[in-house]
Amino acid sequence: MSLLTVSNLQVSYGGIEALKGISFDVEKGQIVTLIGANGAGKSTTLRAISGLVPIKTGAINFDGRDITSLDTSRLVSEGIVMVPEGRRVFANLTVLENLKIGAYLRKDPQEVARTIDYVYERFPRLKERHWQLAGTLSGGEQQMLAVGRALMARPRLLMMDEPSLGLAPLVVRDIFAIIKMLAQEGITILLIEQNANAALRAADSAYVLETGRITLSGTGTELLNNQSVRDAYLGQKRERKRPAQA
Amino acid sequence: MDFIQANLPYLLAGISVGGQYALISIGYTMVYGILRLINFAHGDIFTVAAFFAVYLSATMPLIVSLPLTVVLTVVLGFVVERVAYAPLREAPRMSIMISAIGVSYLLQNLMWYITGGLAKQYVTIPWISSSVTLWGTTTKMVTLVTPVLTIILVVVLVQLINHTKIGMAMRAVSKDFETAKLMGIKIDAVISITFVIGSFLAAVGSMLYFSNYTAVTPLAGAMPGLKAFVAAVFGGIGSIPGAVVGAFIIGISENLLKAVGLTAFSDAFTFALLIFVLVFKPTGLFGEATTDKV
Repeated sequence: MSLLTVSNLQVSYGGIEALKGISFDVEKGQIVTLIGANGAGKSTTLRAISGLVPIKTGAINFDGRDITSLDTSRLVSEGIVMVPEGRRVFANLTVLENLKIGAYLRKDPQEVARTIDYVYERFPRLKERHWQLAGTLSGGEQQMLAVGRALMARPRLLMMDEPSLGLAPLVVRDIFAIIKMLAQEGITILLIEQNANAALRAADSAYVLETGRITLSGTGTELLNNQSVRDAYLGQKRERKRPAQA
Repeated sequence: MDFIQANLPYLLAGISVGGQYALISIGYTMVYGILRLINFAHGDIFTVAAFFAVYLSATMPLIVSLPLTVVLTVVLGFVVERVAYAPLREAPRMSIMISAIGVSYLLQNLMWYITGGLAKQYVTIPWISSSVTLWGTTTKMVTLVTPVLTIILVVVLVQLINHTKIGMAMRAVSKDFETAKLMGIKIDAVISITFVIGSFLAAVGSMLYFSNYTAVTPLAGAMPGLKAFVAAVFGGIGSIPGAVVGAFIIGISENLLKAVGLTAFSDAFTFALLIFVLVFKPTGLFGEATTDKV
């Protein structure tokens, strides 16, 4: 059953059509990825779903309900949570405060404390550094904090915008391991990535976005083996060899 | 000893007026911290608060009129933000700045219209307005009350910002609007609270400030408002401790200049300080190195 259904979504920024009517489904418990070049509309898709940019036409359904017109705050309380591009941790807040602010809409402090423990269990580094200002963390640690902060809202759908951007290959591997772990714990993941190779390997299903339109879809493996995807997004050198990342 | 005796009144007056500037400058600096807006209407809200006190006290006892003054001032600050600034959230920063200047003139002219341009006698608040003698110096009680009350309010405010959920939200919003939204924070509510706090402190500051004077005119708040703004810039705009320290330094310096006979230059000093700070240390005493929001 699909948790999220996007139908004929159109978004314009100042006269330019960023999304020209895209439709896709995200099945419950799966990792779904959108891949595509810069400016294809990947980020816009996530921003439209989370209510950050206005939608021109189209409908978004979440768990059988129409959520097209809800504001960001309501969407977060429904369980639609986004890890923004470039991590965007609050540099002027401590690590612990960043986690607490992720649970901003939750009322029960004991439950919030339990979720903090849950996050610390998965990211021991955050526990070690809980008193530090988030701005002093390394890039990889900040990405973990951004994911941990999103988990604090107890997401049902976790949307991640370029989580591997600007991180060292080893850290990228950790991030993808975390994404898979979260999916196994039952959190549905909608992932957008320029690192198409790693994303497709992790994904149950995938869509290719080109200048505001979905041009291809399939399982991660299908797209990984699709010749036009390989030519456009995976690069020539990796054709036969197994890449280092995954 | 004679030296201290001669200068103590000036020092006390300086500390007191510094506290009053501090209460106004916090409103400037907090709004700047969140919206990156110099709220030009803030000094006028401070003046309107004085007229609220005058007109309300004409018809009701002080115990009712003064709290009501605070409430109305807070409502005014809230309404100004909702009507004149909130619709411009996505607009270029210059638009909201111009809107703030517009609100400032609107409030000034409304005050002219209602008062007919005549000075109104300010209310005499018992105890606060009474005289007190300290080490041979006679002054008004307000001179001693102001710094104490200012410090208490600042401590409470800093605790609120550093140790409560709403304070955490304010710090988050001041750093990054969009990510704060993604946390489920309602940006507009947080901004409103900021204006409410700023207006509350301006209302308290207004009562303390005008207790030193017999009358209020529609422009009576312009000069203290401007000086409080300079204090906020001097301290590093966006920083609350900076605004408070800046306000006390300016208040004390002005009055010490008067003590040495340079009364005519005391206002000029403040604005010379502004120019000096902008030229040599634009981020002020405690300001962040990065002044622009990404």
